[in-house]
Amino acid sequence: MATYQLNVNGERREVTADPSTPLLWVLREDLKMTGTKFGCGVSACGACTVHVAGVATRSCILPVSLVGERPVVTIEAIGQDPVGRVVQDAWVEKDVVQCGYCQSGQIMCAVALLKNTPKPTDANIEESMGGNICRCGTYVRIREAIKTAAQRLK
Amino acid sequence: MHHRAAGFLLSAFFCTFGAWMIFSGASGQAGDAGRSADARAQGLAAWEQVYSVLTHPRCINCHTATNYPQQGDDRHRHVANVVRGPDGKGVPGLNCASCHQETNADSTGVPGGHNWHLAPLSMKWQDQNDKPLSSAAVCRAITDRSKNNNLDGRGLLKHHEEEALVHWAWQPGQRRDGTMRTLPPLTHAEFVAATRRWVEAGTPCPSEK
Repeated sequence: MATYQLNVNGERREVTADPSTPLLWVLREDLKMTGTKFGCGVSACGACTVHVAGVATRSCILPVSLVGERPVVTIEAIGQDPVGRVVQDAWVEKDVVQCGYCQSGQIMCAVALLKNTPKPTDANIEESMGGNICRCGTYVRIREAIKTAAQRLK
Repeated sequence: MHHRAAGFLLSAFFCTFGAWMIFSGASGQAGDAGRSADARAQGLAAWEQVYSVLTHPRCINCHTATNYPQQGDDRHRHVANVVRGPDGKGVPGLNCASCHQETNADSTGVPGGHNWHLAPLSMKWQDQNDKPLSSAAVCRAITDRSKNNNLDGRGLLKHHEEEALVHWAWQPGQRRDGTMRTLPPLTHAEFVAATRRWVEAGTPCPSEK
């Protein structure tokens, strides 16, 4: 076990965990931030996506020992980000969610896309969101919501 | 009479000397040519060792001709719909760094290293069907300074000696099941030594068979 000082959603959080513990489980079990979901556990579905130093990152395969000083942002705080707020509003407006399980990862990924590509094409959206799987098949509404958010962010 | 005999002897001397000069010159050229052929043969043998490393999955999986990297010893397409992106580092939301950190993450089986990225398409060592290119084709590509980031022989040697992602191939970490990833057929030291011999021979490339 080791003790880590993590920067999560702008706050310093101290956790004691085995170095090999994935960040996902530190967030969910130690910090009780359950908005980030466990899907596949092998970075193949995107449900666990958080931002680490601004990069959309699969928290299920990131050992806590490798996080270091990099700031972590989760779905719990993305609404405080200007782009994140607009994306969440678009998600509500387009009624994207069905079961909702994958949607925190979808939103985190969409925010990362729009921060880097303010006017994404359909191809941009397909490539950037291609690692985020939705078993309910909400992909069409996800695309609409991203385009709506992009319009609002002009 | 004495003058005629002396002239004859002088002519004979010069003829003999001239013949010796011509013969010894031809012999020297043949020797140079032989040595040059030997050096080229040794350089080509060294290149084949280098090629055996370059086409190992630890290296060639990120030297694709397609829009995606590969993974595993079977060189299958990378999971999660990962794509190359404009600079070989994926796309926003699905960057290489979304999973690959600065070091291997053995507990989760994810390999990592500094500046994890795909090689540029100019350094593709496979065809569009994921079949490795021939030894001659790879050799031509990596010695083409319009394709290889303008590296000369010394630059190529330095790349093989020092580049972090080249070193990673010999420290590729564990798979998710705890087994070690396979290593290239030479040690890194042997790989560098083979590269040096190839460079010192003038980076010869084999002919297409």
